[in-house]
Amino acid sequence: MSLNALLKPKRLSFWESLTAWLFVSPWIIGFILFTGGPILASFILSFTHWDIVNPPQWAGIENYQDMLQDELFFQSLKVTTIYALIAVPLQIIVGLLIAILLNTKIRLIGLYRTLFYLPAILPVVSVAVMWRWILSRDWGLINWLLSLLGIQGPGWLSEPEWVLPALILMSLWGVGAGMLIYLAGLQGIPTDLYEAAKVDGAGTWALFRYVTIPMISPVILFQLVVGLIGAFQVFSQPFIMTQGGPQNASLFYLLHLFRNAFEFFRMGYASALSWVLFIYIAILTVLVFRFSAAWVFYEGEIKNE
Amino acid sequence: MSTIMKQSTFTPKPKNKRTIDWTKIAAHIILIAGSSLFLMPFIYVVSTSLKAPADVYTFPPEFIPDPIQFENYPDALTALPFDQYFFNTIMLAIFRIIGLTISCSLAGFAFAKLRWRGRNTMFFIVLLTLMIPAEVTLIPKYILFAKIGWVGTFLPLIVPGFFAENAFFVFLFRQFFMSMGQDMIDAARIDGCTFFGVYWRIIVPNAKPVFAVVAIYVIQNNWNSFLLPLIYLTDRAQYTLALGLRLFNEQYYSQTHLLMAASVFVIMPIVILFFFMQRYFIQGVVFTGSKG
Repeated sequence: MSLNALLKPKRLSFWESLTAWLFVSPWIIGFILFTGGPILASFILSFTHWDIVNPPQWAGIENYQDMLQDELFFQSLKVTTIYALIAVPLQIIVGLLIAILLNTKIRLIGLYRTLFYLPAILPVVSVAVMWRWILSRDWGLINWLLSLLGIQGPGWLSEPEWVLPALILMSLWGVGAGMLIYLAGLQGIPTDLYEAAKVDGAGTWALFRYVTIPMISPVILFQLVVGLIGAFQVFSQPFIMTQGGPQNASLFYLLHLFRNAFEFFRMGYASALSWVLFIYIAILTVLVFRFSAAWVFYEGEIKNE
Repeated sequence: MSTIMKQSTFTPKPKNKRTIDWTKIAAHIILIAGSSLFLMPFIYVVSTSLKAPADVYTFPPEFIPDPIQFENYPDALTALPFDQYFFNTIMLAIFRIIGLTISCSLAGFAFAKLRWRGRNTMFFIVLLTLMIPAEVTLIPKYILFAKIGWVGTFLPLIVPGFFAENAFFVFLFRQFFMSMGQDMIDAARIDGCTFFGVYWRIIVPNAKPVFAVVAIYVIQNNWNSFLLPLIYLTDRAQYTLALGLRLFNEQYYSQTHLLMAASVFVIMPIVILFFFMQRYFIQGVVFTGSKG
């Protein structure tokens, strides 16, 4: 009997481990085949020339050297970086402002939330097709709204200097997902913080600046990182709306990568492009985290002043 | 969800009950203005989709079509086989829901409720894969599927789903299962229930909300998905709605009224789903946000 009691936990844990490995095995196989393996493969591929049809040839660092000669590489990096630097902060500001507006106790608030959130769930392909019409120079909605203000709107998608602003504007239409995250963050702020600040004589602005902003700064940081990564994955909008034009003014990085891989079948070069992007995003993320210590406030954390 | 309901607001309370609360009126005015701005592109597109070709190009635009031309919809949807694209999209969504909910929830269960060596290391790898941009694996995966002859079939879009392709869902299931009590599981174990029995009889029936969130996310992602179908589905008969709409966009570039009808058709299922399943859409986002 006592022997049984000793053996039982051991037998249990064996079955438990076996079951666990069995349950996790689809993920492990998937990780090896579709994530871990491909990452290694893409690193190796980036040192080869390969058109898939003929056997791959070792190229050393040629692909990376070619990149330095590739004007379109620099153009796509420039376009994507400018887009990220302008669109991401704007998305954060607009999303946050709407969330603050929606964080009030008034009637119909559920309806307002729904209306602001709805555009965020629409398939990006339909949104791109729709917005090509909305941004039309002569018949579009945007230029009509501008004409009400007495402004002659530009050819948003046909003039190089207006393509990025147009795509940024379009991206702001989809801030609903971010807005919901801020809303959840705002509602997690304890009400007594506001009460205490009010007792100390804080006005609306002071409440916003010294209570709201610090309390949701971790959420802002999260959105900043997610937004940056998202900005470097923009593909469908330029692919459908502009094909990277006019004059490569909307040649996003992923579009350039896609063309090299699936139009020119330069798999080695495209893999090198993907690794450079990976490293570039990683550096940006590290920088964001580095500078976040100055403005992100974590509850329970005590700072040295 | 409960946090959404519990509001913390800094609208000043009215000092006197009889005075009109101007801040609330101002809030309504701003919200109405803002939401109509957000709604306007919809109305504009829907109205264009109902216009006669001659009425499309007017400036200033007319928001109420006259005459209303409902036949734009059948015209657009029969110009290309949209019924086929619709069927393909639904079929892919169903396979992906089955594959992803089973494989990700099993892994999430093992990470949350089972004790085994290597659990923490493995879970760390799951979290790591969340940070890897999809571009890096795009090309080797394409080559892999090309080599085994799967390019031009649905398989590259379906099969990875059965292998817990989405690390975020694994994470989501794990977080949810972690919050479920241990008592019932222990009781079931003492009664001789197997671990699979625990998963199937206790976890799954009690975790319906998270399954719903994942299923809705899969449907939405699947409707949205463009780059992967674009490289893997080479035969037009296999096109999804997103690919079909892009083809339509190229072929009927100048027929704006039909193009708008087609794109309204493509967004409608998601809009309808959203109105019925709003709670789950929002819940998913809140889960995501709380991670930050």
